[in-house]
Amino acid sequence: MTELGQSVASSNRLLRELARWPTTLRIGIGLMLLIVLAGVFAPLLTPYDPYAQDFGSALLPPNWAHPFGTDNFGRDVLTRVLYGIRVNLPIGFFTTYVPMVYGVALGAFAGYFGGLFDGLLMRILDITVAFPFLVLIIVIVAVLGPGVQNIYIAVFLTAWTMYARLARAEMLVERGKDYVLAARTLGYGSLRIVLGHGLPNIINSSIVFSMSDFVLNIMLVSGLSFLGLGVAPPVPEWGAMIAEGRDFIFDAWWISTLPGLAIVLTGTALCLIGDGLAQRLGERRHALL
Amino acid sequence: MVLFDYIVGRLLQMIPVIIGVSLIAFVSIHFVPGDPVEIMMHGRATPEALAAAHAKLGLDQPVLVQYWRFIVNAAQGDLGNSIIQNANVSKIVGERLLPTIYLLVTSAFLAVVIAIPLSVVAARRADQAADHVIRLAGIVGFAMPPFWIGILLMLLFGITLDWFPISGYGRDFIDRLHHLFLPSLTIAIFLAPILVQSLRTAMLDVMTAEYIEVARAKGLGPWRILVKHALRNALIPVTTILAVNIGWLLSGAVVVEYLFSFPGLGSLLVRAVGYRDYPVIQGLSLVFAVLVLAVNLLADLSYMLIDRRVLKA
Repeated sequence: MTELGQSVASSNRLLRELARWPTTLRIGIGLMLLIVLAGVFAPLLTPYDPYAQDFGSALLPPNWAHPFGTDNFGRDVLTRVLYGIRVNLPIGFFTTYVPMVYGVALGAFAGYFGGLFDGLLMRILDITVAFPFLVLIIVIVAVLGPGVQNIYIAVFLTAWTMYARLARAEMLVERGKDYVLAARTLGYGSLRIVLGHGLPNIINSSIVFSMSDFVLNIMLVSGLSFLGLGVAPPVPEWGAMIAEGRDFIFDAWWISTLPGLAIVLTGTALCLIGDGLAQRLGERRHALL
Repeated sequence: MVLFDYIVGRLLQMIPVIIGVSLIAFVSIHFVPGDPVEIMMHGRATPEALAAAHAKLGLDQPVLVQYWRFIVNAAQGDLGNSIIQNANVSKIVGERLLPTIYLLVTSAFLAVVIAIPLSVVAARRADQAADHVIRLAGIVGFAMPPFWIGILLMLLFGITLDWFPISGYGRDFIDRLHHLFLPSLTIAIFLAPILVQSLRTAMLDVMTAEYIEVARAKGLGPWRILVKHALRNALIPVTTILAVNIGWLLSGAVVVEYLFSFPGLGSLLVRAVGYRDYPVIQGLSLVFAVLVLAVNLLADLSYMLIDRRVLKA
């Protein structure tokens, strides 16, 4: 096949794949793209600086110049929400997908080998499940001190367990299947069987779950910031903004309520993607584990 | 006898978990960068006061001795002393345990009240417009952070309409229910989407059972079959769903208690973290974990009483 033929064939495959996407997946990905673009092009979308204080125009209700109003320092709330995309989305992304990598790997190996390693892993899972997730994170953050870096450490220490549980359960089913036996008969090493043959068959449930997890992590980080344990002001982080507006709730409702819309919109987009992926990949969607 | 064996077996299974949980609660204070006592006293203490505080917390003992004391005391209900509040941690925590339990119960109740009609309609009209609307509402509801829901409810019911108090706990029973309403509704709105999702699936699964066919053959209407036959059987897993999600419920409670200045375990935890009151944080993490384990145990036991087949498995 010529180069041109190859590229036509692959673009055809892409189009065919796109045609099979459920509506929820398309809407979710469309929304998510808009949010990412709004974050990337935030300086072009708004004339204001997210940090510049202007006491002359403090606590202005929503109007044409400030669609989301201004806060107690006279900063434009919409501007801060847009710049918040640059803060919340990357943190949400890394807190979701870094633990997923080693969580799935550990779960897959435990499910494949069984035995002592699996037993040990299961005990660790039992113990971490006994703590309410937020409490565990708060305790770790309390010990290490507030801040984004320590939130990363706390999440990396704990969040992998959910992926390990999912991957282990799937691997237990897969390891008895014929293709695994065939690979073993061919003399392939365990590493190759688990990562090369098992992983493609067990990863779907984790991918679908990761969308809910992404939503939960955005809420976790904004929740910690709301409690004063996460991203510290004046950084435009959504939860911190909601917390700052709490003191003005009686006379300036917009400071707390409108940034929340950003969380809801992002969360909805991610949930729609999760819903669509679940349909496309033929998985049952778990909101929670 | 089978029943007794089951309960004993279930309790024995919990022992390694409890040891692990207590170990995590115990070691937490030892990972504080620097001297935890100095941090707690905000660097304003004399060396003598520091040494006295170290001795009072038992931090001058070998680690194994400390851990042994920690679990022996905890088993007797003594969680140590708070240097900052100058009081026994068990007493501080104990005062706040009941409000949190009330909050959990009322929240779970409200969540079930919200979720049942929605899931019945969603199951009855599966894959039709009403189902899609409920599913979308569930997705949006899942994406709403509890502290934000709480602020919206405060604004609407507390400030604009002035129907419900937005902070505190109340004195007598009626007053308490009045105070509990907004925080409970906040947690319920945050919990309901998960319940609707599971209940809808459970009801649709039940709808294929033979006794539903029989009911249909008897000429019963679809709503009646759904409510009287399917819902009843689908409700059994609700206890399990609630129990499995108790950690989720408690996580929501921490933030919501803080928002509504509700005197429960969650707001205590946030305050203790603010003061760096490590003994309280340690004690609370243990209490939270034991609460989760106890709720799961109770759910398993009640499930077993409802459905004796569990024993045979």
